[in-house]
Amino acid sequence: MTQQTPVSKAPGRGGAESVAPKRDPRLLATVASPKGWLDAFKRALRGGDLGALPVVIGLILIAVVFQSANDRFLSPQNLSNLTVQIAAIGLMTTGVIMVLLLGEIDLSIGSVAGLAAAALAVLAVKQGVSEWVAIALAVGLGLLVGLVHGFIFAKLGVPAFVVTLAGLLGWQGLHLYLMGADGTINTSPSGTIALLTQTYFVSFMGWAIAVLALGLYVVSVFLVERRRRLAGLPYKPLTGVLFRAALLAVPILGGVWVLNQYKGVPLAFLIFVGFVVALDLILRKTRYGRMVYAVGGNAEAARRAGINVDLIRISVFGIASALAALGGVMLTSRNFAASVSTGGGEELMMAIAAAVIGGTSLFGGRGNAYSALLGGLVLGAIASGLLLLQMNTSVRFMITAGVLLVAVILDSLSRRGRKTHARGGA
Amino acid sequence: MSTPVLELSGISKTFGAVRALSDVDFQVGEGEVVALLGDNGAGKSTLVKVISGAHPADSGGVITWDGKPVSIGTPADAQRLGIATIYQDLALCDNLDIVGNLFLGNEKLHFPGTLDEVEMESRARELLDSLSVRIPNLRVPVASLSGGQRQIIAIARSLLGQPRVVMLDEPTAALGVAQTAQVLDLIERLRDKGLGVLLISHNMADVRAVADRAMVLRLGRNAGDFPIADTSYEEIVAAITGAADNPVSRRSERTGASALATEDK
Ligand SMILES: Nc1ncnc2c1ncn2[C@@H]1O[C@H](COP(=O)(O)OP(=O)(O)O)[C@@H](O)[C@H]1O
Ligand SMILES: [Mg+2]
Repeated sequence: MTQQTPVSKAPGRGGAESVAPKRDPRLLATVASPKGWLDAFKRALRGGDLGALPVVIGLILIAVVFQSANDRFLSPQNLSNLTVQIAAIGLMTTGVIMVLLLGEIDLSIGSVAGLAAAALAVLAVKQGVSEWVAIALAVGLGLLVGLVHGFIFAKLGVPAFVVTLAGLLGWQGLHLYLMGADGTINTSPSGTIALLTQTYFVSFMGWAIAVLALGLYVVSVFLVERRRRLAGLPYKPLTGVLFRAALLAVPILGGVWVLNQYKGVPLAFLIFVGFVVALDLILRKTRYGRMVYAVGGNAEAARRAGINVDLIRISVFGIASALAALGGVMLTSRNFAASVSTGGGEELMMAIAAAVIGGTSLFGGRGNAYSALLGGLVLGAIASGLLLLQMNTSVRFMITAGVLLVAVILDSLSRRGRKTHARGGA
Repeated sequence: MSTPVLELSGISKTFGAVRALSDVDFQVGEGEVVALLGDNGAGKSTLVKVISGAHPADSGGVITWDGKPVSIGTPADAQRLGIATIYQDLALCDNLDIVGNLFLGNEKLHFPGTLDEVEMESRARELLDSLSVRIPNLRVPVASLSGGQRQIIAIARSLLGQPRVVMLDEPTAALGVAQTAQVLDLIERLRDKGLGVLLISHNMADVRAVADRAMVLRLGRNAGDFPIADTSYEEIVAAITGAADNPVSRRSERTGASALATEDK
């Protein structure tokens, strides 16, 4: 093949180049008007970059279907219960998301949740340790377990799914051993553990939290956009910032309003959302989060860039197991007991399914913390709706499987779309 | 030519029983593009690895930097001197955007641990503008870029460390014509900024387009050092193959093909 490469050999190389404009004319600007936003939205749709849209549409669809089948579905009481029900598995999902971002999987989170529940009950009830301390120790145990998984995976090179498969079995064994002859250990119905899922905030507190969160969001985004403008970078104008804040205010203020009509915002849900927000900030705003994405995207590139890949892997597995343990604490709280079956059922599958349905890729490097909330809401809403319709678990499993399959297919298609896109182009 | 920034003399490198480099000399000056040529297995990549610290040379040779003897035992040594290496398999993270890739492992922070995205994007824009690289949106994942743009991002990233010598191992091997031109343009700009460039390429057209000198290796030894402007294609091929009568010259006599045909990879 003959390849004559055209190269500009103008005299006085370089000097003749005109100064590049600050803002490239090819960059499609988002005009701050309803039409501009609509155009930007259409562009995102065509680029296959749908973000949270499919999940949000799915949620609305679920709400409409179940509400028309049973008008108690959208009642404040049902929605309030729903938010408490999804908290435990939701916390496990936030951990799973970290592991999925690395392109790995953790099959042990259900067993770790069960182990933490057993340790919690044994410490608090049998050993008489203060409940606060017992909670801390149970979560600490989870962290330790995860660090062991991460070490074996990162340092000894055993595939993560094998390490955590051994964990799935082994930690369940330790869980059963700790429970001893008792099938169930009841925890105090009025202690700290129980309060985690029995506490609701008075209306005023709910509103205050919502308004504070929205205010912080607007101020922080505004400050960033102002810095971008001063630095001569493309920025979102104030109207755009306020428009996004308004979009965000609808579910937040609406949620608080509905929850306040029952008992108020549940502490358990707030803890879950708090962890989701914290994880989101860590992933998007910190150097640690950037390293997690980098390792998930291309571990070799991350290593060459000087990132300690092993340390990132070990820490992510540690965090994932600690969050699973916290999920186990929540499960104990809601049942006022730890039993031999805590965490041993569908929790693992549902936590992973929620992450994928929420939009985190199984292929690593793509996804965000909010998948835990969105995916958890989808699965929780399906479970709750089918319960109202008195359908049993069999139907729920089949429907959940269908939703999961759709999510995975979307994930695979978008991955393929990006690949072909990357190969083409000039 | 200018005084060499980097000069190697008498460099050898053995891998077990294989003598990949024996007694090799090499130098590159400021604002100079040196093409490193040779057949497959001639030792080009090995020489790059010696200079980059990935595989330190055997004892006996001398490496000087600005005329002073130095030793390069690790990649960190090379980086500290101001040597940047861009390997053929690009070390980019497809899922991160351009800014994220440019500053990977070298992020600008404000509070402890938090990313200063505004600072990084401004610096990225300045860097790419200074290289006359036009990429409209720096916030797209690099997976969506073309091969040439990705190569350019990989090169630009190495420039953040303010190197004085840049080594490129077959930067255009996987690229089409237009994309190759983009990368060659960038190499010329590096030269104009006063950097020394070591370029490995199998493509003689590329070499003739941008290189000032061609350094030929054959079977791990120096086999000639030619100023590109006054050397014919046949002379270089003869040095690469080690004979005036070689498959390439025989073929061009037979077919009367243009002398500027590309040697097969
Ligand atoms: N890590 C290594 N271990 C053993 N032999 C090697 C190693 N790297 C290169 N070689 C040998 O050194 C010689 C030169 O290789 P290389 O520098 O890759 O050639 P080129 O890049 O010019 O094609 C080859 O014979 C190759 O087999
Ligand atoms: Mg090579």
